[in-house]
Amino acid sequence: MKLLVPVKRENRIVLGVAFFIAFVALWWLITWTGAVPKHFLASPWQTLVSGWNLFATQGFTHDVGMTIWRVVGGFVLAAVIAVPLGIAMGVYKPIEAFFEPFVSFARYLPASAFIPLLILWVGIGEAQKLTVIFIGCFFQLTLMITMIVSGTRRDLVEAAYTLGCKDTGVIRRVVLPGAAPDIAEALRQVLGLGWTYIIVAELIGASSGIGHMITDSQALMATDHIIAGIVVIGLVGLLSDLAFKKVNQHLFSWSLLR
Amino acid sequence: MSRLSIRKVSKTFPGHKRNVPPTQALLPVDLEVGDNDFITVLGPSGCGKSTLLRLVAGLETPTTGEISLDGANIVGAGADRGVVFQSYTLFPWLNVRQNICFGLREKGMKLTEQREISDRFIAQVGLRGFEDHFPKQLSGGMQQRVAIARALANDPKILLLDEPFGALDNQTRVLMQELLLGIWEQAQKTVMFITHDIDEAIFMASRVVVFSARPGRIKTELTVDLPHPRHYTVKTTPEFMALKARLTEEIRVEAIAADH
Repeated sequence: MKLLVPVKRENRIVLGVAFFIAFVALWWLITWTGAVPKHFLASPWQTLVSGWNLFATQGFTHDVGMTIWRVVGGFVLAAVIAVPLGIAMGVYKPIEAFFEPFVSFARYLPASAFIPLLILWVGIGEAQKLTVIFIGCFFQLTLMITMIVSGTRRDLVEAAYTLGCKDTGVIRRVVLPGAAPDIAEALRQVLGLGWTYIIVAELIGASSGIGHMITDSQALMATDHIIAGIVVIGLVGLLSDLAFKKVNQHLFSWSLLR
Repeated sequence: MSRLSIRKVSKTFPGHKRNVPPTQALLPVDLEVGDNDFITVLGPSGCGKSTLLRLVAGLETPTTGEISLDGANIVGAGADRGVVFQSYTLFPWLNVRQNICFGLREKGMKLTEQREISDRFIAQVGLRGFEDHFPKQLSGGMQQRVAIARALANDPKILLLDEPFGALDNQTRVLMQELLLGIWEQAQKTVMFITHDIDEAIFMASRVVVFSARPGRIKTELTVDLPHPRHYTVKTTPEFMALKARLTEEIRVEAIAADH
């Protein structure tokens, strides 16, 4: 191994898959030897079978669909407000001075701590789930976008002014295209954050969703279902992440040139 | 007819923190640049010559004095003063042609017309075949050629260049000087060119303005009467050598002053 030298693509895949195999092997070993009793930790095979059953006979597809809908719904709501607000804050410093201290404060409020309040305010319906995701994503996203836009290259802004742009032209033709790849990347990261909040939101007062299934399974000591649920979350998260990455690479190919 | 007039222009930058005194970058400067003049502003690093250019470009406001172009006072940046910066300032998300058309598009010019103008300048800076390349796919010299074309495409009254070849290697720099001089000899533009390179200052200029060490002021002005079109071999003529010897002495004194 040499410092900072990249690995070949084939080797990278082999190494990445190897750890998954090692992980599952260790898991299998622990359950097979009986080191941990079955009702505390289901074996990999048991989990796989249960996972299949969840989809095939217990309508788990509906739960997964509901969870995805909630994450995406809350995330889109947050993005629709956070993106323009963050851009305005990044470009106009008085607007930043007005909002930034509060947003920085609100960012540290854990979205899950709002769940009891939200149940009081908006009930246990979809509005509560969407609001949790919104709170979890919005403040983080606003600050990230403010920072990205603030980092706009000043020399490009100056060049645009000398080429005849006015303020709106500079925002439209320099600030936005320059910040777009990083904003897309921030959206991708915050969507991942949304996934961590949704399960907590669904643990309390939900009648569907992956989190709901996990709570139900806990009551039945069905660790195989719980693990299958967690794995599904991981897979859906990974897939949405990859899709986001591909779209970004396609849209902003210029930013990948070296 | 383009005439740049700089009258009693000075610039003081306020200290950003308490206890930091304000910096006087430029003492009051008077300078007239006539139609189709090519002036080079020569001075040691940090002497305020770039500040003068930024004031003319409208990117800074003078603390005292006035700058006017064709009799109209300069307020803010505008398309009538094209600027080529020392750093590479092409828009990385636009290809060569789109970069050159940036100002034309801002004016709302028709696409066919934009194409015609960009074709002409792409040819003039020798970048045919690179229209669809992105800035990161070009060398430093090529990027600065695009930046020159982008500024010229806007048809500014005056072209301002702030050490545009400073980051290039020596061979490329000499080629770029010839290219720019060739364009000027053909197109006849008013040019203000900032540099700390004596050869560069003499080779291109019809007049060299020498700056003192900070706080900057104009120390001397020197007319360069070498005939046009100039070929790089002019640098070995006795006339050139004499000018160079004189300017070297002037700059040396200032560089020593700047260092103390």
